[in-house]
Amino acid sequence: MAASCIAASELLHNIKLIPYHKASCVLIRRISTSKLKCSSQPVAEATSAPQQLVGVVGLEIHAQISSNTKLFSGSSVQFLAPPNSLVSFFDASLPGTLPVLNRRCVEAAVMTGLALNCTINKKSLFDRKHYFYADLPAGYQITQQRRPVAVDGVLTYSFLGGKKRNQVIRKNVHIKQIQLEQDSGKSLHDDVNNQTLIDLNRAGVGLMELVMEPDMSGGEEAAAAVRELQLILQALGTCQGNMSEGQLRVDANVSVHRAGEPLGVRTEVKNINSIRFLAKAIDFEIQRQTDVVQRGGTVKNETRAYDSKSGETVPMRDKEGLQDYRFMPEPNLPPLIVFEDNASLPAGIDACQAVVVQTIKEGLPELPGIKRDRLVQAYGILPEHSFTLVNEDGLMEYFEAVMRATKMEPRKVIGWVTNELVGLLKQQNTSVSHSPVTPAALAELLELQEAGHISSSVAKQVFQEMWRSPGKTGAEIIREQDLGLVSDAAKLHRVCQKVVDSHPDEVCAIRSGNKKVLNRLMGLVQKELKGRADPVLVREILQEKTS
Amino acid sequence: MATMSAFHTLRGVSLETIGSSCNLWRNNVYSLTTKSCRLRCLQSRILRPFSSRQHNPKVPEVPTWEPAPEEQLPPPTKIPVDLVDKLERLALVDFRTKQGLECLEKAIRFADQLHVVDTSGVEPMDSVLEDRALYLRDDTATEGDCAEELLKLAKNTVEEYFVAPPGNIPLPKREERTAMLRHSEF
Repeated sequence: MAASCIAASELLHNIKLIPYHKASCVLIRRISTSKLKCSSQPVAEATSAPQQLVGVVGLEIHAQISSNTKLFSGSSVQFLAPPNSLVSFFDASLPGTLPVLNRRCVEAAVMTGLALNCTINKKSLFDRKHYFYADLPAGYQITQQRRPVAVDGVLTYSFLGGKKRNQVIRKNVHIKQIQLEQDSGKSLHDDVNNQTLIDLNRAGVGLMELVMEPDMSGGEEAAAAVRELQLILQALGTCQGNMSEGQLRVDANVSVHRAGEPLGVRTEVKNINSIRFLAKAIDFEIQRQTDVVQRGGTVKNETRAYDSKSGETVPMRDKEGLQDYRFMPEPNLPPLIVFEDNASLPAGIDACQAVVVQTIKEGLPELPGIKRDRLVQAYGILPEHSFTLVNEDGLMEYFEAVMRATKMEPRKVIGWVTNELVGLLKQQNTSVSHSPVTPAALAELLELQEAGHISSSVAKQVFQEMWRSPGKTGAEIIREQDLGLVSDAAKLHRVCQKVVDSHPDEVCAIRSGNKKVLNRLMGLVQKELKGRADPVLVREILQEKTS
Repeated sequence: MATMSAFHTLRGVSLETIGSSCNLWRNNVYSLTTKSCRLRCLQSRILRPFSSRQHNPKVPEVPTWEPAPEEQLPPPTKIPVDLVDKLERLALVDFRTKQGLECLEKAIRFADQLHVVDTSGVEPMDSVLEDRALYLRDDTATEGDCAEELLKLAKNTVEEYFVAPPGNIPLPKREERTAMLRHSEF
């Protein structure tokens, strides 16, 4: 007994949490790496030969609903709580307990359905799906097999493609359905003692299962679709969308076929815990199946697991070889009814009991796609910058706050935000909300640059300093370190003369018409004055001296 | 599958059975103090067949019961060994004796009588509660935090975990099964 106790705590310690990579423009880079890998393979060049095999990808996504309590019981939902501390009698499936549906979960599913342009079923039904597994105490999961809450939607996602990866490619994937269902508990397999430890904290947490039709052709598209879904769910607040914590779980159905021919036999790839791995797993699987077919073999219909270390998918032993879920209507739950608008509410119904589609529709926030379009329109920034702004939580708000407080052109401000700010955030592995430099402080600094008090290189230097010593304003730092722009004409004349005298060759070149060489002299003057010289004045003086 | 139809409550049949036990229900309904909404619902269903003028001709006026004549039933279902194998795997039960099989076949035969009921134009019903609004709960924590109490019910625990066998224990393969059956009663 003592030995197994030790094993249990060891197991706990061994649950490694993959650090949550702050999603940002990184995604674009992430995808591009997989694309590079992909394009070296024959699959990607399907256009040249019609007989070329192409990948077909559909996704099944389980999104954990962000709620205080579980789908059918009043026990709390929380990640990393002590084992079995968030379990009610119903969650443990004690006899005589009954499910009581959480309104928040229904509203979250309806809201998600609306955001994905689904038809909301005014009446949906619950079913039992049976299978035996130790972390499913009831022996069945309550789900919505016959009539899910939302059907027939579409997710529009875009990604940067083209040769320079700066072209926005917009695609659609159909959403077959969104169904409410219970999560299972967690099993910790203790191989040493040949036993499984069961934690039911997650058992009964509300999930939205989203089924995406096989409209995608490879890892890059699937990754972009999931990333867009993640952003939408986060904007809605219906799911936190953190893949490494299992709040968003993606299974990919992958097959290959020749264009125009029926779909090939598919495999299901599981165990994918990041968007980057999703792209890699799918591309690997497409390539593997392509190889199999080209060798004259046949693809086996099986479940495969992605091994992130080797970058391969490997056959996975199924929970049960023989799957027959014996679906049956859930007898303890009458049909779920949602109402179109307040006018369609039947008389006598308690208003706080009713889920009204119209009310939820009115409360929908601005979705990421709309945000990006608006940013490009309003500020004239490049599409790839709009991706970065929307991808990083809070970055768009930061940018817009800076824009409100400065007269600097948006195209210049965007550089500051996406390079300087994001660079430091990445370096410090922190988020926008923890930035020591507030939007107002950055705006003030940019104003100083705009007014010609400091050069752009000094502004960057001051920005770094502001980051290091929070609370100090840009102006204070400039004063303290004497970084102000040198516009003392006499001093500038002196330095320029010195540079001109010591570089006769360059001066000669300029005089004979090569005006570009002037920039080199400007650089030398700036070097002499540590980047603080007023560039406009320096240019004038140098032009005068070399004419 | 024949057994599946037995699970489906048919509107006509359910009203009949509810009607027959109506008096019993009425006597108990008021003495029960639990969830009143459920009971109210049952009441309304119980009373409907009697109060409604448009009587469904498929529902008998008075409760009746007689076994359906054998010749009206479909041919009796024989359970092949393969199916037993599958059922045992699905339900994790063991009924590989001759008696077990007989019992299953009898149960299916009993359910076969449902085929005699003419259900054309009658929509299947999932639950007697299906015309009731589904109660929706506020998203506030009200339970949980009873690990100690729950773990006490388990045979094996380690720290705060329940302990289960490693994975599902595989049932014997079909070949092993056949060998076993050769030595058993049939």
